[in-house]
Formats: sequence, C-alpha cells, structure tokens
Amino acid sequence: MEVVLAIAIGVLTSSGVWLVLRPRTFQLVIGLSLLSYAVNLFVFSIGGLAIDKEPILIEGVTPNLDNYTDPVPQALVLTAIVIGFAMTALLLVVTLASRGITGTDHVDGAEP
Amino acid sequence: MTGAVSGVVRTAMPHLIVAPVLLPMLCAGVMIVLAEHRRPLKLVLGATSTLVGILISLALVLGVDRGGPVTYLVSNWPVPFGIALAVDRLSATMLLLTWILGGAALLYGSARWHRVGVHFPALFQLQLMGLSGAFLTADIFNLFVFFEILLAASYGLLLHGAGESRVRASVRYVAVNVVASSVFLIGIATIYGVTGTLNMAELAARLSGASVANRHLVDAGATLLAVAFLIKAAAWPLNFWLAPAYRAASPPAAAMFAVLTKVGVYTLVRLWNLMFAGGPLAGFGADGLFVFGLGTALLAGFGMLASHRIAAQASWGVIISAGTLVAALGTREPEALGGALFYLVPSTLASAAAFLLADVVDRWEAGATVVEEAPFLTASLEDEGEVNLDDEAAPLVGRPIPASIALLGFAYMTCALLIAGFPPLPTFLGKAAMLRAAIGLAADGGAGLHAAAFAGVILVCGLLGLVALTRTGIRTFWSGGGRHPPVVRAAEALPVLALLGLCGALTLAAGPAMRLAQTTAASLRDRQEYIEAVRRASVTPPPGSPRGLEDVPR
Repeated sequence: MEVVLAIAIGVLTSSGVWLVLRPRTFQLVIGLSLLSYAVNLFVFSIGGLAIDKEPILIEGVTPNLDNYTDPVPQALVLTAIVIGFAMTALLLVVTLASRGITGTDHVDGAEP
Repeated sequence: MTGAVSGVVRTAMPHLIVAPVLLPMLCAGVMIVLAEHRRPLKLVLGATSTLVGILISLALVLGVDRGGPVTYLVSNWPVPFGIALAVDRLSATMLLLTWILGGAALLYGSARWHRVGVHFPALFQLQLMGLSGAFLTADIFNLFVFFEILLAASYGLLLHGAGESRVRASVRYVAVNVVASSVFLIGIATIYGVTGTLNMAELAARLSGASVANRHLVDAGATLLAVAFLIKAAAWPLNFWLAPAYRAASPPAAAMFAVLTKVGVYTLVRLWNLMFAGGPLAGFGADGLFVFGLGTALLAGFGMLASHRIAAQASWGVIISAGTLVAALGTREPEALGGALFYLVPSTLASAAAFLLADVVDRWEAGATVVEEAPFLTASLEDEGEVNLDDEAAPLVGRPIPASIALLGFAYMTCALLIAGFPPLPTFLGKAAMLRAAIGLAADGGAGLHAAAFAGVILVCGLLGLVALTRTGIRTFWSGGGRHPPVVRAAEALPVLALLGLCGALTLAAGPAMRLAQTTAASLRDRQEYIEAVRRASVTPPPGSPRGLEDVPR
C-alpha cells in the first residue's frame, strides 16, 4: 500500500511540476491542481497508513496510536484541501482576467 | 498614567493577544456586508480599527518587554494538542510595525485610491488580520493558515484598481505563492511526521534532545520550510516575481506589501532560532541562509541601479533589506541579529514611504494640476527604457521653490538616505551594529571570510542604493523645469511624513530601541524563555467542572 501511494504522489508531483513550468495559463492551473493533490495525499499519509482504524476514541479501547489512526493529519488535510480550492478558484479568475485583458493565454501576458 | 495603562494591560493580558486577529476580522466582516456606496463609513471603521490595533500592539510591546512572553490557548486545549498564540518581544514589535504601516497606508488610500475598486478597506483589514496572526501563532500549521489569509488578501489588494500591468503581475505573483504554499505544506508534513508535533516550542524542545531520530528527514523538512519562507522573503534566485508585482500594485497596497517579505524573514528568524540554535542540529542551514541572503542583497542593489522609477527602486530596496536580514540571521551571531532587527523597522518604514511618495511624484511628472478622483495605472507610468538625464536640464537659480516641491524633495531625500543607510538615520545605526558584530566575528578568528563578505555586501548595497536614488532624485526634482508645482493633499502628505518622522524618532530613541533589539536577539538565541512560556501555559478549567483538561492522558 505504501509503495502504491508513494508512486501515486510521485507521479502527481512530477506531472504537476512539469505543467507548472509550461507557458500557458491552463497548463499552470492544472499543474498547480495536480501539485496540491500530491501535497494533500502526502499530508494525509504522514501519520502512517492504517486500515480499519478510527481517529475517534472508543469506550474501553486504550487511546494510543496502536489502536487508532493519527487524527491530526486528517484535520490538516481537510484545511489544506479547502484552502487549495479557494486558491485555485482565485487563480482561475486572475488567469481569465489576464486572458481577457492581454488577449493571450501566455503566463507573461504576451507571446514570446 | 503609565501605572493605569499597565494595570489595564495586566488585567486583559492573555486575551489581549488574540485581539489583533479578532478586531480586523470583525471589521472586515462588517465592511463586506455594508453596501459599496457607504465608503466613508467603511473608511472610518477601518481607521478606528487600525488605531485600536496600534494601541493594542503598543500595549503588547510594553507588556512583554517588562513581563516576558505570554501565551494564549485559543481553544483552551493544553499545549501540544491545541493551537497556541504566543507573543514575545519579536512578535510584538512586528505587530506594532505592521499596524503602523497599516494606518499610514489606509490614510493614504483614503485620499483617492480606495475609490478605484471594490472592498478596499475590507481587504486591508483581512491583510492586517493575516499578518497579525502570522506574527502571533506558535503553531506551524496555524502559521500556514494565516499565511494563506494574508496572501489571499494580498492577491485582492494587488488587483485593486485592475489594469493590464496589475493583472499580468498578479498571474505570476499568485502562481509563485501557490507553489510556495505547496512546498510549505510538504515541509510541515515532513516535520510533523518525524517529530509528532506542530507546536513550535514543543518542536524546539524535541529537537534539542540528546539525539534526534531520522535526522535527515528533519533536515529535509526544515529545508523545504526554508525554501517556502525564502520565496516569501524574496530571496534570490526566487524573487523575480516581486519587483513587477510591487511596482504595479496601487501605492497604498505596495506600502502594505513592504512588510510582507518581512513575514518570511520573521518566520525564518523564529523557526531557525527555535529549531537550530542548540542541540544536535545546531547551526543547520546557516551557511545557506548567509549565502542566499548576501546574493539577494547584492543582486537587488544592481536591480535598483538598473531601474528608473521610484516605485521600482523601492521594490528593489525591499529586497535589499530582506537579503541583509537573512544574511545577518545566517551569521548565527546574536549581536548581528540584534542589529538586523533594529534595521528591519526603519528599512520597512522607509520602503513604504517611498512607495507612497512614488505615487505623488508620478502624478506630478504626468503633469496633473488637480488630484483626479480615480487614478488608473497608465502606460506612461511603466518603467521606460533609456533615459537621457541631461536633455531636460534647466537652471533652477533664482526661482522660488513651491512648498509642495520642498515637501516632496525633503521626503524623497530622507527616503533615499534611509534606504541607502546613511548617518544619522536609524538604518545606518542598524547596519553599523551588524558590521560591528561581523568585525567582532572576524577578530575572534575563524570566520574572516564570512565577515569580509558580509561587510562588503552591506557597504556596496548602500553605495548602489545611493547612486540609483540620487540619480532619480536629480532627474525628478532638479531637472524637471517647467512643470506645474505638484498638488499634494494633506491625507497624502501626512502618512509619508509620519513614517519618516517615526524613523527620525527612532534615531533619537536609538539607545532604548537598540537595547530592545539586542534583548530580543539574545532571548531568541536563548529560546528557553519562549519555550517555557508556551509549554507552561495553563488551561482555564471550564466553569462548574471539578477537574481541568490537564487530566487528559498524554
């Protein structure tokens, strides 16, 4: 499971970085989205992967990380996802405005 | 009088810490609900909030200077679990600087710039909220959240007034900052994965133990965090987004942005002193910070030399100041850090004043005889390519100088000397303190090359800044014959003069201010004071409960 997740994060990150370095705003937006998916998966996985374990305390079960999964990364990733959505929406607005005003979808606002 | 004030501060104390975050948040909420035509009301609300904010941060500075760091548990959870806000001398000083800049920029914006777009006062309050939170929080993930708040507000402020150059600069500004935030998150996650904590004080305590497991992962996480903060602090080679963005921003927004790079510097100073001042990881990354800081300052010096407009030169001035601060942190000398913290305040104030001044000068150069209501960035305000400085020269002898030109000229001269760092202005005093620390370092033996590079870059940057700013000054004020005298409103002159007056006051009060800066640096280096204050923060038991939350098993 760890290997699959690691490969997924790696593929997402590398495609994200490649797209961010491309010259068109659409590629930039998709690249940043992929990058934020990779980061979210990474944040989610830092507490260690666990199957069939809950983050919420159950009566009578010793509260330690052998019986539960770490709740903090889940809280973190939730916040990060929300912020990532907001920033992507904002970036979309700015790139649309740039397309409308400059007449090109190059990130520099002018064809090279 | 002071007794009464300190009494009030003591009573309000742990709760006063959260006030600089809550106050602008509430104000922004009210402002967004108010209709757009209620602009005067919004401005009055913003001014009141900013004034109260300045008073609160002043009270915090005085309170922590006397009584040491104080912690506020936001959700009343014990320390490693919940989010804590903590204020020490460094945070309190940065807060005061931020709110003063906020007040000056808002006053300037109230003259005419607030009309060119919607929600200007609300965005301003959100910017202040994000900045205050970033300076106050003692939790690295909460730091990320406040960073995003201040960045979101800064995206809005950068786009304020729209226009092609602002939108073009915004695309790059937003993209770079979103990438930086991703790097920041990866760094936080790595650090949490290794140490199991997000609280800065707890993190420092765990990292200063005898041995640290998975040390290479801590190094990797810290390096990622440093990259994120260096992007925010506009360190070379990740700073090419800054100058076009700040030059394009509306002047009040640009004046506020003068403190944004300092947030990056602040977090570096805070985290590096907490994580790597002692213990097995001591000194990690210091050489990297030193080299990148010097490179940033030097290249920004040449950038300033290559630009012609005051706003562009002020942007490069912001980068010079950030580079100098990062390099001073990299020397690992508490005395150099103290000098750097002293230098931080007037250099930020001077850059902000220069951004405001640039607007008045631009309007004057464009030949405006009245203050038009809604200014937009025109093509003529772009940095032109080659300028022949001698063509328009005309003799000035025997002509009366209008008061507004005298005012602008005096303000410009003071700004230029402040940015270049000349005596007796406070930026010079800060640089002198840093140079003395560097020379002391060389005299102790060992780090001679470090000291020489540091001193050389600081002096060369001062020279480059002086040459660039003098040239612009001559072209603007001495060879501008035949133009109408500039029209300056009181609301425009007042913030510029107030910012420069504060720098003057800092020269007069250099003794106490330098003592505060050096005490701050010493306590940052010692770090026990901060760690103890955060870890010892006690939970308030809920009313009617027989036992406090401290009994939660750890």
